[in-house]
Amino acid sequence: MNKLKILFNGILKENPIFVLLIGMCPTLGTTTSAINGLGMGLSTMFVLICSNIVIALLKNLIPNKVRIPAFIVIIASFVTILQLFMQAFIPSLYSSLGLFIPLIVVNCLILARAESFANKNTAINAMFDGIGMGLGFTFALTLLGATREILGSGSIFDIKFIGDNDGILIFVLAPGAFIALGYLIAIINKLNKKTKQ
Amino acid sequence: MAKLESTLKNMILSLGIISLVASTLLAGVYILTKKPIEDSDKAKQLSAIQEVLPDKTAVVGEKVEIKLKDKEEAFVIYPATKNNQFIGCAIQTYSNEGYGGKISLMVGLDKEGNICNYMMLSSNETPGLGSKLTDWFKTKKGKQDIRGKNPEKDNFSVTKDGGDFDAITASTISSRAFLLSIKDAFEAFTQYKKTLK
Repeated sequence: MNKLKILFNGILKENPIFVLLIGMCPTLGTTTSAINGLGMGLSTMFVLICSNIVIALLKNLIPNKVRIPAFIVIIASFVTILQLFMQAFIPSLYSSLGLFIPLIVVNCLILARAESFANKNTAINAMFDGIGMGLGFTFALTLLGATREILGSGSIFDIKFIGDNDGILIFVLAPGAFIALGYLIAIINKLNKKTKQ
Repeated sequence: MAKLESTLKNMILSLGIISLVASTLLAGVYILTKKPIEDSDKAKQLSAIQEVLPDKTAVVGEKVEIKLKDKEEAFVIYPATKNNQFIGCAIQTYSNEGYGGKISLMVGLDKEGNICNYMMLSSNETPGLGSKLTDWFKTKKGKQDIRGKNPEKDNFSVTKDGGDFDAITASTISSRAFLLSIKDAFEAFTQYKKTLK
């Protein structure tokens, strides 16, 4: 398979959030602002790339019946490494994402790519899949975070453009996450359809 | 190389080796990041202490723990001196009555017990609502600002409860918890002052 095709597959055609709809928990939970969405997206991308490569390299050494526990151990190790490094070197990001970092372990996007792609492809291809899917995920989370931040707090990347109490509060809260995501998916689907025709 | 058969021996070996390598790696990263994490925690605390003290050049002394009755955890007091004169202190205080559970903050008092400043350390309040605690009570607007006020003279409750301070719009619970934590800090301060004489 063409490497570029694998790369763009994750960003547009099979965008994990807008098209595949997997990994919804951190998507809805962390995207209260654009910067949080971006941070979460990049963290997930790091874990995804590392785990994809390692799993593709080890795929023949892991017997089929124990592949899921083996994948989870590998993914969890990378998540813990990421968590420790983040706590040590970017404490501000860690304090705003804190709770959701350990939850990357059970993000079904990562396990799904391990099972359906990395387990069947070479390490190089798996790496490109990780980058593509990771970028797609990051793009989606940042877009969702930005939308919610603009509507909910009247700012973008923490730069205020309207007064203090004039945001539409619901977009910062949980229901707003669902509403914003719904509309974004609708728009992306419409655009995807148009490009196909 | 062909995929390993799912025999008992293979499964135990493969999963065992993966776990062993993963745990060794994690132990290494843990040792590597232990020091920076401790440092960044300490730096964060020290900068919070200096931020809230009446004089930024003051010398921060040994911490003192004060236990109040009916409170589970002790309040930590960091006394500040200048030219060997007691000029005030920073108190790490908390309340378990927040909307999202525990809030913890650092509050600075001068030697008469007037509030100088405060800084949130951790909280799980709703983003966009209760999370406004970070700046709300140190913004000059209406009856918001607690700086320069003294819990001995002023009533540290929200106006809704007959107090002297405006609660955050739509976050009365968070505001109550905040003011309660300041009152408790002041009580700890009063007890601490008795030990000074």
